[in-house]
Amino acid sequence: MSLRMKKLFALVALCLPMTVFAAGAGIELDEHRTDLRDTASLQRGAQTFVNYCMGCHSLKHSRYNRVASDLGIPEELMMDNLVFADKSFGDLMTIAMDPVDAKTWFGVAPPDLTLVARVRRPDWLYTYLRTFYEDPTRPYGVNNLAFPQVGMPHVLADLQGRQVIGTAQVAVGKDPLTNQDIMEEQDHVLYIAEEGQLTEAEYDKLVYDLVNFLVYVAEPIALERERLGFWVLLFLAFFFIPVYFMNKEFWRDVK
Amino acid sequence: MSNRGNPILGWVNDRLPVTQAYEKHMSKYYAPKNLNFWYFFGVFSMLMLVNQILTGVWLTMNYTPSAEAAFASVEFIMRDVEWGWLIRYMHSTGATFFFIAIYLHMMRAVLYGSYQKPRELVWIFGMIIYLALMAEAFMGYVLPWGQMSYWGAQVIISLFSVLPYGDVLTEWIRGDFLISGATLNRFFALHVVAVPLVIVGLVVVHLLALHEVGSNNPDGVDIKAKKDEQGKPLDGIPFHPYYSVHDMVGIVVFLFVFCTVMFFFPEGNGFMLEYANFEPANGLKTPAHIAPVWYFGAFYAILRAVPDKLAGVALMGGAIAILFVLPWLDRSPVRSWRYKGWFSRIFILVFAVAFVMLTWLGTQPATGINTLLAQIGSVIYFSFFLLMPIYSKLDKTKPVPERVTGGH
Repeated sequence: MSLRMKKLFALVALCLPMTVFAAGAGIELDEHRTDLRDTASLQRGAQTFVNYCMGCHSLKHSRYNRVASDLGIPEELMMDNLVFADKSFGDLMTIAMDPVDAKTWFGVAPPDLTLVARVRRPDWLYTYLRTFYEDPTRPYGVNNLAFPQVGMPHVLADLQGRQVIGTAQVAVGKDPLTNQDIMEEQDHVLYIAEEGQLTEAEYDKLVYDLVNFLVYVAEPIALERERLGFWVLLFLAFFFIPVYFMNKEFWRDVK
Repeated sequence: MSNRGNPILGWVNDRLPVTQAYEKHMSKYYAPKNLNFWYFFGVFSMLMLVNQILTGVWLTMNYTPSAEAAFASVEFIMRDVEWGWLIRYMHSTGATFFFIAIYLHMMRAVLYGSYQKPRELVWIFGMIIYLALMAEAFMGYVLPWGQMSYWGAQVIISLFSVLPYGDVLTEWIRGDFLISGATLNRFFALHVVAVPLVIVGLVVVHLLALHEVGSNNPDGVDIKAKKDEQGKPLDGIPFHPYYSVHDMVGIVVFLFVFCTVMFFFPEGNGFMLEYANFEPANGLKTPAHIAPVWYFGAFYAILRAVPDKLAGVALMGGAIAILFVLPWLDRSPVRSWRYKGWFSRIFILVFAVAFVMLTWLGTQPATGINTLLAQIGSVIYFSFFLLMPIYSKLDKTKPVPERVTGGH
């Protein structure tokens, strides 16, 4: 994020203190430019969710067939790859993990994530899933910048690699002459100590897609709502014309 | 609508005065011809009342009033019920626009002195409606059974504990030792049956009282003082068709704004549907920041402006109660602020700004500067009313014209 972007973000954050509150911890959040029209991204996000998150987290208000039809996934493909064996196409996306067991294992039962994007907001999720770092003092060996002392293990660690917090060289800008990054040593920054299966850009994209999907599933009607809204407003705009002139006609004789 | 040529209407009219009522309240109800845009907000409130009742009925068909199922049933409405999402958003957005309309409707009365003699009862009935509406909105917000539903109810109901026998009283309201399914169930009954009945009944009385004394106008001129040979006010025109077609224009514009918010910003940036309320109620997890929905902000800010709970509750109650006696606080010989003196006019504006500021502060955490601003706002709020008998009497008024000005 460029400095200008950061300034802009800080300004927006100042104007909308509610947003900051929803975020909880006081770190600067990276922006998630949600795009619900990017069906491919939503499909990849759904895949990541089922493969990595759904072992512990349900989407219990959402149905498989709704996700399939909204995301343009054929029923057969959906059933083969994204629906657990014991479920039918029209089932709610619940999980088998017992909440009481889960509480024993994790200290807190992993919450249902159907509405998490509406509670935590996309920016927070996008930041949270990218700011896990090694912390041997924690039960699962990781801590999180956006959610300090979080009880969740870093499920995506194999993909991201070993992220640690410490002193590192950080790009603070571009040299206008050489067009190369200007590096500066900073304390308390996150860096990848050991590469994972994905590069940093690939990992960011994976998390972007996952958050995109979570935003979709939190309010699956969002796109249709805006589409319909456009036509309703257009109707009202046209309806205004006869109503306006009818009123004018009636009032013509009033002095 | 005459009886001639319509035997059915004649038959009915002999038994029920339909035509007479139509003429009294519509075609022969003479309203001042100079009513401006401020006079739209009454009809907007009516529109929102109808919207809330209709969408509410349809929501009830799929909502489950129990602590175990309420939250999931709302998501069921949002996802699995045909058009459920639209009905739910119409209802949740409708609550906000109901309050916007009501607040501006009340502001109109303050600007043009519509509460003054002989319209004191119109004002009082309006205030009772407002009180019932606050109860209605508060209980309605508990029904989705999210975190803010739960903790908002917790905060508001605990306010009653400062009263004598407070513990008994709060337990009686909740129906339990803490907010629980019992509370949810009784709030559902009150929200869906009892309070709407009261509101509709009061709206009828509000209108009957208004039509008895006639509408005020931006000049505060009594249009009944100057009548023609047939006894019609010279500055009056029949409500129907003149104001019915006029209100239509306003309604289309209002619906445009309403639909813009409902279709494109249904969460209202967290002020209409609070983000924390998308998380199911959890009595063991207190949210970091408990904020009321925006329309209670002003009174919540006054409550928190003083560090003492009892004093805070007393002030908040006083802030609402003092509105009831407004007709007797205003000693000005004129109604409309157009002819009131500078002191009154400036005070009305400062009061409006203070109310908006308090509304904002009520939704924000009560820290540092916010508390100070809330205290300043509260002082302005109360001085506006408590000093009114003095400044409204001392103020130098302008002469009121005999006939209405401007208009069409």
